[in-house]
Amino acid sequence: MESLYAITTGVLSACGLYLILRGRTFPVVVGLTLLSYAVNLFLFSMGGLTTDGATIIDGPRDYADPLPQALVLTAIVIGFAMTAFAVILSMRARGDMGNDHVDGRKQEEREENHR
Amino acid sequence: MTLLWIALLPLLGVLVPPLVANRGRRDCSLATAALPALALVLTLSQVPALNAGEALRFSAEWIPALGLEVAFRLDGLSLLFNLLILGIGLLILLYAHYYLSPEEPYGRFYAYLILFMASMVGIVMADNLLLLWMFWELTSLSSFLLIGFWSHRSDARKGARMALVVTGAGGLALLAGFLLLGDMVGSFEMDRVLAAGETIQADPRFPLMLALVLLGAFAKSAQFPFQFWLPHAMAAPTPVSAYLHSATMVKAGIFLMARLHPALAGNELWTMVVSLVGMTTLLYGAWFALMKTELKGILAFSTVSHLGLVTVLLGIGSPMAVLAALFHILNHATFKAALFMSAGIIDHETGTRELARLGGLARAMPVTALLTSIAGAAMAGVPLLNGFLSKELFFAESLETPVLGGLSWLMPVMATLGGVLSVAYSLRLVHAVFFKPPRQTPPKTPHEPPRLMRLPVEIFAVLCVLVGLFPSAMAGGLLDLATQAVLLEPLEFHLAIWHGVNLPLLMSAIALVAGIGLYHLHRYLRRFLRGFHPVDARMIFEASIQRLGRRSEALLARLDNASLQRYMGLLMFSALALTSLGLVMVPSLAGDQPQRPVDGVLLTGAVLLIFSGLGTVLAHRYRLISLLLLSMVGLLVSLTFARFSAPDLALTQLSVEVVTMILLMLALFFLPQKTPRESSLPRNVRDTLLAGALGVAITSLNYAVLTRGTPSISGFFLDNSVPGGGGHNVVNVILVDFRGFDTLGEITVLALAGLAIFKLLNRLRLFMPHSDGEGRVWSPDRYPMILTTISQALLPLALLVSVFIFLRGHNLPGGGFIAGLITAVALILLYMARGVEWAQERLDFQYQPVAIVGVGVAAVTGVGSWLFGHPYLTSAFGHFHLPLIGDFELATAMIFDLGVYLAVVGATLMILANLGKVTTPHRPAKNEAAATTSAKEKR
Repeated sequence: MESLYAITTGVLSACGLYLILRGRTFPVVVGLTLLSYAVNLFLFSMGGLTTDGATIIDGPRDYADPLPQALVLTAIVIGFAMTAFAVILSMRARGDMGNDHVDGRKQEEREENHR
Repeated sequence: MTLLWIALLPLLGVLVPPLVANRGRRDCSLATAALPALALVLTLSQVPALNAGEALRFSAEWIPALGLEVAFRLDGLSLLFNLLILGIGLLILLYAHYYLSPEEPYGRFYAYLILFMASMVGIVMADNLLLLWMFWELTSLSSFLLIGFWSHRSDARKGARMALVVTGAGGLALLAGFLLLGDMVGSFEMDRVLAAGETIQADPRFPLMLALVLLGAFAKSAQFPFQFWLPHAMAAPTPVSAYLHSATMVKAGIFLMARLHPALAGNELWTMVVSLVGMTTLLYGAWFALMKTELKGILAFSTVSHLGLVTVLLGIGSPMAVLAALFHILNHATFKAALFMSAGIIDHETGTRELARLGGLARAMPVTALLTSIAGAAMAGVPLLNGFLSKELFFAESLETPVLGGLSWLMPVMATLGGVLSVAYSLRLVHAVFFKPPRQTPPKTPHEPPRLMRLPVEIFAVLCVLVGLFPSAMAGGLLDLATQAVLLEPLEFHLAIWHGVNLPLLMSAIALVAGIGLYHLHRYLRRFLRGFHPVDARMIFEASIQRLGRRSEALLARLDNASLQRYMGLLMFSALALTSLGLVMVPSLAGDQPQRPVDGVLLTGAVLLIFSGLGTVLAHRYRLISLLLLSMVGLLVSLTFARFSAPDLALTQLSVEVVTMILLMLALFFLPQKTPRESSLPRNVRDTLLAGALGVAITSLNYAVLTRGTPSISGFFLDNSVPGGGGHNVVNVILVDFRGFDTLGEITVLALAGLAIFKLLNRLRLFMPHSDGEGRVWSPDRYPMILTTISQALLPLALLVSVFIFLRGHNLPGGGFIAGLITAVALILLYMARGVEWAQERLDFQYQPVAIVGVGVAAVTGVGSWLFGHPYLTSAFGHFHLPLIGDFELATAMIFDLGVYLAVVGATLMILANLGKVTTPHRPAKNEAAATTSAKEKR
């Protein structure tokens, strides 16, 4: 179970990282979202994987580690804020620059730089 | 307290000139002089106490953890320097008043000058090494401002930069040296450092520390090989040169060597290095002073030479040598300040400083000629003037020092040679300017300067004579105190004009005669030297600066090419390298805990997760498909949370997923539907390898952690959740109570992101496609009937659910975050079903205030606990009983959670509703005219 979990986290991170290396904004945003899933899963697993653990206090029982859960909960919400900001920024960049390349320059400038 | 005021008054004085600059020049000069004058009076008022042998100290803590304190001392050495700094500084102010033309920004000039004065006073009075260093750096900065005061001139800018680089770099070395020194002694307090001379010199790090400290001192005092910056600093206005380069700034290094004398001197290393560097500087400076053809150039190099002389004496380090060094500091300050000022007067009245264009000025300005001659003679070491006395002492010491072992006889020879050169260049300065018949006419017709402009020169010239005639009466007491401060014990000495016929006197005589001869021969000497190409220090310096700049640019161009892909690649590569390094250190990947078996559901889930993740990547050029696959990943992640006993996370992930997808869909509407095929094959391979390698590293890391039993601090939370936080849902209690401060930060970030997005969307105009990527026109059925009907029925229900989730959050899965997201989703559904206009009409309020109020409520709840004398965000709770409803529990954490709820709703809707609004003003169906008018209305 542990190895399967680890492999899943790794694959999701690799997918996200590959997309982050793309040159257009939308795939990068998708990549960021994927990566934040992977990171959340990774952080969540820091407390160990508990099956059928209790989360509500009710006498002495086998509890799931609540701390990573609390951290990941806020991370999910912050991740949303970050994704939203990135995607709106890319819209703005497209509106102002006329293209959706990640470098945030107008087409002419980019060509000049390439020369 | 008086000590604090002496140090503080000049510092406060920096503020005076800018405040009174518009009150006229006269008032400005007078007001500027007031505070330093007061500081001078205060300094003098301490003399009786010093004579009585009191140790004057002031200290107050500043940053005790670093050993830094505001500590000042006033001993003989500080007194000597304080008198020079404040006394000469005041005369320089008077001189500058006449020197600067009325159009120049004198307020600024005075402010810089006083800042410099204040930092020098700070250096000489600091009783703590770190404090001393801070003032030291302040002198570098203020002298940079002063040298570059005429910032329109290229030579001023370059000279200032060079001075800053050299003295600033020296300052850094000095800091390193001080830190080492402080470490050896265990304190930065001056008294303890000075008393710990033996400990320091026995320490194996002593040579390193000494090298660093001397580097700082030599750079500041323009000792060889750092002498090159001083002549270029002559681009400064003459009052600055007269002040910084005669009496103060360049003496800071010398001061430091004198101050730390008990701690550092008295060993072979010190004697050897310091006296040899000093001797080299002495001869080098004297030689170039003779070769220069411009007044201030000669003075600059002669200053270098005299600083070398003082350094030699400090290097020799015997009690009489220290006395001679201090005496020469005093004498040099007086005659050199006078010479600089008369050079300024000559420049001012004739319009040139070139020797070739000057001559015979004695006729036009006889008084100045007389004054300059006196000062020049003092510099040359003519008997009955102050320079003669200290030079005589220097010659005597050079005869006695054993510094070079068998070659020690070279020291007096070199000293005499320095004396010869100094006579020759002094003669050039005086004779060539005032008494030789002129070869060319100067640009302006020369005449005597204003009476008061000459006053400082007169004072200094008179001092040269008086000290020369009555050394004991004039300087004896001061020198007695100063030597006592340096040597830490009183020294018996007697300053006399006549010591009988002895070797030093003979050396002086040789120097005088040979110097006069050299002056007459030097024309031939110059002709001979024309064959050599002079090396200009500035050229070398500028070239190396430019080379450094070009190298940095080349390096930057490689690293920082304004390509996000490059940055990301570098970032990931570094992450990979560091993570792998860490993993290599681990002896074995698998830990001690056994793996648990995999069941069918888990396997299916994992395979689905992996495939939808890979699918997202493979389909990334077809953005809508990629997005749909991404949502699948999100759902599966949410199920994973549910599977591993995290219901709160599952709920949060699910609702965030909904909001994210709506957001991304909406954004995709404005962006190209497809990604062009851009990346080359090698780049794709490189990225795949990099991402893949990182994936492997992350897998290994995660596996390594999962198979190890890690100690957790969660026991505390589990134990205290009910008794301490009054809630059974530990996750929620952690969020709103134990780690409430973190949560407060997080909702603040959320609200800020919302505000930033609001701002980004402001006046954004985007192209609105009529059709999707395949060319299919959007459906005309904009608000489908079924959705409209259901959403309206669903809204109250969804709001009810969110209230329920919110209320039970403290004890069962739920809470402000999840409830807020559910409310947001319900409202967004309404927007989608009915359109922004319709919803806006009914939900007639802005979301920005909601988010801000939410953060505010959460923050204020925390403040509330202060009222009860508890730390920030302490929660309180209690059981209540209401008839009909029954027992329930209320906690202040609920109010905090309400803030979280409001912030989440506000921020989410701020983001989505504002993004939705972008679509409305210019929908494809509406005509362009209507679109522009509505856009205008919006503004």
